[in-house]
Amino acid sequence: MTRTRPWPAAALAAATAITFVSLSLPLVYLLQRAASIGASDLLATLIEPANLRVLANSALLGIAVAAFSLLIALPLAVLTTRTDLPARRIWTVVSILPLAVPSYAGSFALIAAFAPRGSYLQLILEPLGVTELPSIIGWPGAIAGIALFSYPYLLLTLRTGLGGIPAATEEVARSLGLSRRATFFRVVLPQLRPSLVAGLLLVALYALRDLGTPALMRVDVFTRVIYSHYTLSFDRNRAAALALMLALMVMALLWVEARTRTRAAYFSRRGAPGRPAPLIALGRWRWPAVAFCSTVAFFSVALPAAMSALWVWRGISSATLPADRFARGLDVTSNSLLVSGAAAIAVIAFALPAAILAARAPGRVTSAVERFSYIAFSLPGIVVALALVSAGTRYFPALYQTLALLIFACFVLFFPQGLGATRSAILQLNPQLEESARSLGHTPWHALREVAIPLVRPGLVTGGLLVFLTAMKELPATLMLAPPGFDTLATRIWKATEDVYFAEAGLYALAMIAVSGPVILAVVRRSGWAGGEWRE
Amino acid sequence: MNLSASRRGFLATAAGLTLAACAKPPTPRSLTIYSGRGENLIGPLLKKAGDELGLEISVRYGNSAQMALAILEEGAKTPASLFLSQESGALGALARENRLLGLPQDLLNKVDARFRSPRGVWVGISGRTRVIDYNTTLVKPDELPASIHDLSGLRWKNQVGWAPANGSFQAFLTAFRLLEGEDKALAWLQAMKANGAKTYPSNAPIVEALGRGEIQLGLTNNYYLYRFTAERPDFPVAHHYTRGDAGALMLVSGGALLDSARDRQEPALQVLRYLLASEAQTHFAEATNEYPLVTGIPIPAGRTPLSELRPPAIDLSQLEDLEGTMNMLTSAGLL
Repeated sequence: MTRTRPWPAAALAAATAITFVSLSLPLVYLLQRAASIGASDLLATLIEPANLRVLANSALLGIAVAAFSLLIALPLAVLTTRTDLPARRIWTVVSILPLAVPSYAGSFALIAAFAPRGSYLQLILEPLGVTELPSIIGWPGAIAGIALFSYPYLLLTLRTGLGGIPAATEEVARSLGLSRRATFFRVVLPQLRPSLVAGLLLVALYALRDLGTPALMRVDVFTRVIYSHYTLSFDRNRAAALALMLALMVMALLWVEARTRTRAAYFSRRGAPGRPAPLIALGRWRWPAVAFCSTVAFFSVALPAAMSALWVWRGISSATLPADRFARGLDVTSNSLLVSGAAAIAVIAFALPAAILAARAPGRVTSAVERFSYIAFSLPGIVVALALVSAGTRYFPALYQTLALLIFACFVLFFPQGLGATRSAILQLNPQLEESARSLGHTPWHALREVAIPLVRPGLVTGGLLVFLTAMKELPATLMLAPPGFDTLATRIWKATEDVYFAEAGLYALAMIAVSGPVILAVVRRSGWAGGEWRE
Repeated sequence: MNLSASRRGFLATAAGLTLAACAKPPTPRSLTIYSGRGENLIGPLLKKAGDELGLEISVRYGNSAQMALAILEEGAKTPASLFLSQESGALGALARENRLLGLPQDLLNKVDARFRSPRGVWVGISGRTRVIDYNTTLVKPDELPASIHDLSGLRWKNQVGWAPANGSFQAFLTAFRLLEGEDKALAWLQAMKANGAKTYPSNAPIVEALGRGEIQLGLTNNYYLYRFTAERPDFPVAHHYTRGDAGALMLVSGGALLDSARDRQEPALQVLRYLLASEAQTHFAEATNEYPLVTGIPIPAGRTPLSELRPPAIDLSQLEDLEGTMNMLTSAGLL
């Protein structure tokens, strides 16, 4: 394929440059801080065996969570896009919903349900003589506790990937004599590579930055080490050096990913992706498939929702949940929707140009943008929050502690979710389509707006939804950067659990799940997105 | 197109709200407070203080340590003039960096010297105690340990819950080190670990696990239990205090004026005085289940009075040495 420059390159480059500078803020801050401790001290911190051991824990956790997520997300993605699964649209929404479950509620529910003693499962089994269950505390609990609530990152990117593979590709493989299974492993899976990698990265990095679940499951992770240095010894410089270690590890991971990234074409020669693949009839497999979907939904949505409802019920029946909390819940919910919605739009507006450049004209700057964005996403929230406190007070005092800066913080934190999904979608688009549009007399902008963007819309929608749902749960940056008195559902949940007001925490957790469901449903409906109906 | 029109509308709304929320310049009767104390605990009091004193108060609530870090990072440009902290460690960190102003002596004198900064830069407002909570169906009152040293005994093998990563636990361990020396403290940690002490991320999960009978004893803070019993009156857990050792340490939450308020201290001082007046102090005793630190305020019946508590005699400002505590926890393999 000839490499032409079919895009209005200057505008794309300008937008990408803004993104680049924004995303480099946390790294620059960390380098400045870490540079102020002496070189030998810095080196000693970096090679301290205790630190390295915990760092290895974190790496292992990231890999294990990514692997476990794949086992959940790949079947769900295929079932909800490619098969005649009963009530497919409902399963589509339900399978994405765990992203909206606050992780505190999630892992607390797992413990209350499965803890060795006094948990619901043990109480149910007690008449059978079971007085103690095998412990889920530790690695199994940590891996399950994170994967069950982060697998939708992978699911969403996989769905976009599956939707972008034209039916013809698979039909050709089948007509050449490949079995259905061989077609999947030799044709579909390789085509899915960009979305698979983007999704796995998001899940693994999410696991790295998580603090609450590993703490509850008593697995020591590097995020805890970084937090300890910040909040116990108030040593911001050494904490920065440790955060840089985490960044280095992520860079190594991204380097490996880049080495295995190929220049392969993920689009078809035919131009527009055409009609979607026909649905696979599940036949006698339909009930096992439903059982699988139900099991995942039980642990990742029903259990935490029921747990939250129980807390609310206890609060109401013991009259410790003040009635004004319900009215306040509405205010707080609209705040959450505002911040998350604005963050999603901002990310997509800037991810699109960056993704176009990354896919069509890969180079140093575009790959730096990708890497910086993943690094910012992998850092503990407190690091990015402090970087923006520092930059905000110094460089934009007028914007400090305003909504604008909070939305900017979400932009920096969650950019890779938008970028990954958008980039995978663009890779599946044949560049000749835009070229043809231009040769027919369209301006480059016009070709972009009328031809390319509508075709990559599923990718943009996926990325926007990912950012939206993750921003709903953002905590450390919101606590430090929101305007005074501006609360979101996430900050309310945190405040309630901090003061041990379970009923209130449960109420806001339910609100978060309840408003996310319709948003997911609207996105699914609007984009004709429940597989098989990709292009209306 | 429909979609983009609604998007544009949304963006316009977002931009409008953003501008509306832009920081207003401070007026002589306004102040910003950073509070590490929860809104549920202190929000109503601060609102009342604003109304009664005629002050326009805006409060940022968060985690004490993270608020202190934000103040350090903001430098002299911090919008806050008053810092309320849940723990003395965060106040100590700001004092070390000379970010706190000296307080008037009459204000300091309202509180026992044990519960304020020796340099006079922060003052304690209310206190919570470290305590041993126990499951009342699994533990008989005569079995309860007399000292924290008993917890490493055979009776409590695999039955004690603790939270080594938690700030209050670390304050307790710091006090232990000061009272009994480094060697004894480390030996105790190791004996506890060998005795199968179970690690929890923070205090609330310890109390929750006690309720389920997963453990029989838990090293925690006194006020968590009241939250559980408020929602579940039959919750089978009660308090037990050891005498004179670090197990009954008093944790002080306090307030301090930030250097950014040097030229306009009055509003912040007024709020601090309000929190140390008897009405607010009574609120802490009754509504938040804490110990009022101003002398002479009665506490609800049924609660062990401060005079009977015998917390260890210790200089709270020395609890700032968390570095040594963290090193000890790391070398005992608990962090």
